[in-house]
Amino acid sequence: MTDQATLNAPRSAVNLVGLARADYKGAASTLCQGCGHNSIANQIITACYELNLVPENVIKFSGIGCSSKSPTYFLSRSFAFNGLHGRMPSLALGAMFGDIHLKGIGVSGDGDTASIGMGQFKHLVRRNLPMVYIVENNGVYGLTKGQFAPTAEKGLSLKKQGTNPYLPVDIALEALVANATFVARSFAGDAKQVKELIKAAISHNGIAVLDIISPCVTFNNQDEAVHSYTWGKDHEAPLHDISFIPAADEITVEDFEEGTTKEVTLHDGSMVVLKKLEKDYDPTDRWQALHMLDEAQKNNWLVTGLIYVNPFAPSLFEYFHLPDQPLNRLTERQLRPAPETMDKVNAMFY
Amino acid sequence: MTEGTTAVQIDSSETVHRIVNDFSITFGTTNGSGSQTANTTLLRAICHMGIPVSGKNIFPSNIQGLPTWYTIRVNKHGYLARKEISEIVIAMNPASFLKDVQSLPVGGVLFYADDIRLPIGREDITIYPMPVKKLAKEADAPSNLRDYIANMVYVGVVAQLLFIDLELIRKALDFHFKGKQKAVDSNFNVVLAGAAWAAANLVKKDPYRIEPMHETEGCILVDGNTAGALGAIFGGIQFAAWYPITPASTMPEALNEYLPLLRKDSETGRHTYAVVQAEDELAAAGMAVGAGWAGLRSMTATSGPGLSLMAEYAGLAYFSEVPIVIWDIQRVGPATGLPTRTAQGDLTEAAFFSHGDTQHVILLPGSVGECFEFGWKAFDLAERLQTPVFVLSDLDLGMNVWLSDRFVYPDRPMDRGKVLWEKDLETLGGEWSRYLDVDGDGITYRTIPGNRHSRSGYFTRGTGHDENARYSEEPEVWERNILRLARKYETAREYVPRPISQIQPGAKFGILAYGSTQSAIDEARDTLREEGIPTDFMRIRALPFTNDIGQFIDSHERIIVIELNRDGQMHQLLKIQFSDQCDKLISAAHVDGLPLTARWVVDQVKAQEVK
Repeated sequence: MTDQATLNAPRSAVNLVGLARADYKGAASTLCQGCGHNSIANQIITACYELNLVPENVIKFSGIGCSSKSPTYFLSRSFAFNGLHGRMPSLALGAMFGDIHLKGIGVSGDGDTASIGMGQFKHLVRRNLPMVYIVENNGVYGLTKGQFAPTAEKGLSLKKQGTNPYLPVDIALEALVANATFVARSFAGDAKQVKELIKAAISHNGIAVLDIISPCVTFNNQDEAVHSYTWGKDHEAPLHDISFIPAADEITVEDFEEGTTKEVTLHDGSMVVLKKLEKDYDPTDRWQALHMLDEAQKNNWLVTGLIYVNPFAPSLFEYFHLPDQPLNRLTERQLRPAPETMDKVNAMFY
Repeated sequence: MTEGTTAVQIDSSETVHRIVNDFSITFGTTNGSGSQTANTTLLRAICHMGIPVSGKNIFPSNIQGLPTWYTIRVNKHGYLARKEISEIVIAMNPASFLKDVQSLPVGGVLFYADDIRLPIGREDITIYPMPVKKLAKEADAPSNLRDYIANMVYVGVVAQLLFIDLELIRKALDFHFKGKQKAVDSNFNVVLAGAAWAAANLVKKDPYRIEPMHETEGCILVDGNTAGALGAIFGGIQFAAWYPITPASTMPEALNEYLPLLRKDSETGRHTYAVVQAEDELAAAGMAVGAGWAGLRSMTATSGPGLSLMAEYAGLAYFSEVPIVIWDIQRVGPATGLPTRTAQGDLTEAAFFSHGDTQHVILLPGSVGECFEFGWKAFDLAERLQTPVFVLSDLDLGMNVWLSDRFVYPDRPMDRGKVLWEKDLETLGGEWSRYLDVDGDGITYRTIPGNRHSRSGYFTRGTGHDENARYSEEPEVWERNILRLARKYETAREYVPRPISQIQPGAKFGILAYGSTQSAIDEARDTLREEGIPTDFMRIRALPFTNDIGQFIDSHERIIVIELNRDGQMHQLLKIQFSDQCDKLISAAHVDGLPLTARWVVDQVKAQEVK
């Protein structure tokens, strides 16, 4: 089933694993009407449906905050752990060792990741745990009613908080500095790009950081605010037009004009096709990525798209020589040394 | 047995008075000088001569340069607790020399490096100078190793004068250097040089001797942290996350050392475990909780400051019912406290760890053998009860080397608790509830990520949840769940290790204690009995308390609760649980960073006897 075919499919259609899109849904959202997080949850649902993922093969993780509630709103058949504020990375790292064949999808917020959880976030990134790490970035603390978040721009004025005196944290830049192997930025208002990036992130064999600007309609959606719908729509500057091609699909060259695209093959054989827009941009060049983010920061551009990818960096698990059989399926016979080893151990201490 | 290279010259008056296998030796050295190798070599050789022996390291929080002491106690009766006084001092450190000399009792023995040119000022002790620098120089060792080699001079001199078998010294070096012949030889040559010099130049004037016995056959010498790590390995550990902290680090380091030897899959050669050094204790706890939730036998090891950081995740594990094992190798708190000294000061913290209503299962190993045993049992308990299990060891137990019976292979299969896999869910027709108390014991059924049944998944959270793990703020749902957790804690009483008691006829006093204080209490009770004060003793091995403890309190007029902290934390917990018997419970608590001595215990009991 090609990507295009899926898009055009009727909603009741089943995918290659026999599931309808409805099988990927979660509980009804309790977030505000119009919250960017809801549209991201919808794109996760569509991406998983179109990728033919079995929900039982996905684990969802989150920290604390509005964003971290959202795993409730997609993939209700999957296992999930809504952990502690800023501490989702460590929880996910331990859990993913249980069965390394599962896919991890983490959802965090800008406070959860870039304030209380900055340390764990950066260490997760440098360890390259294979999982999707989505930051629903709205520049504000929603659940505690509208305080400044660390990604809020300098000079932002909020109702009860006054004016933010500090420079913002750039999550994509932080990820890149920590040697992330997949960094993307998107805007919740750009549904197609969000979906394609999520698919690519799920297919990446390593940490995939998605910093998605996701407006908070209640506390930080003033037209002039950087994290608002209006500002995002007016300022979004995509690096490229991105399409994700699953591993099983053949790419038909005529779909793309020669010389106008760049293709990146991911670890599982799937491919990201990046159609050139105004400028040339090579997302496999880390230095160019750092430079671009710096430029974007200076010029106040909301640059979106695949900022950096290195599909071949070893993932965390490659250092552990684990068996193919999931660790959590090993039996007592495999886990407890045999009785005769006891004598050998005792002999080591006399 | 070979007694040195030549016979010891003995002062004729010495034959009258001999003290055999009943004394302590304290080595005053400089931290980082390699004296630990020398000291444990002597300890191991004495052990191999069949004599009960213990070694205690009193060390500074420092890498190199500050004074450090190591005490070997040799005791034919098997009393291996710390003593206040050592009869023999080996003074190698000018910085602590005067203090070390002053510490000797009348009739004590001083061995000292003769390059220390400080006044000794004692007429009432035996003094043996040792030409340490001279012999080390003559040893022709590489200059970077000279300081380390110098310690072997005192090993030789002391062995010669105390009649320690030099062949067993060589064997101990062989053990230490794991058979590396070059290292063994270069060290042993210095030992021999020291022994030969002593034989030729010293006349033995002191009464202390080591004579062979047969009391250590079938024993091992091991520290509690290594023992706990090995216990965990035999318990099927699958995941450990940790962050370096004294005095716990040697436990995960032992995991890293022994797991590759014991837990490579025989068919595939793959590792059946993962050990991750985390960025801090917050993350170590988080990783351990994630792994425990995902069905792995998961642990972390830390000490007080790290434990405090783990409070948040431990509370989540308690409330979301995730099995994990947390070892706390206690040091002296509060705050950074005394990082290299021992205490039992984290008990009440662990008992009610994290905010809100919590109650925790705690294991209290009293020996290195029990560190091994609780190493595997803790996983069974954690998975059976789906809750964090704390194992409270301490620096004395964890880092010092103890004489122990051999480790005993687990006497029962692993208990993985109430887990539903695909076939179980098929049998149930997919009908199950994560937090529904089906069996009435407060323990509910869980599934594990990776279960491919379409009804296996559930949403784990630290927020209020109903029986089906759905978010809930309903008052009755909250109360039902939190009361079930209390019921589960009651169930834990049936599973935790019961206390061990020792009875003496005619005892008025009962002693309640736990952990590493056991050896001092055993010795004190013998002394007290000889002085006409018999005592009964119960060693508590776990929380929640079992009925045996209540019965023990019932059957005595007075109970002295002995522990190594300021506030009498076990005493506090006992008073909560056995509030109707509070008047009987007397606290004898004390903390100065050092292991408990029998003398202190005797004094405490006698003070009560007078009242």
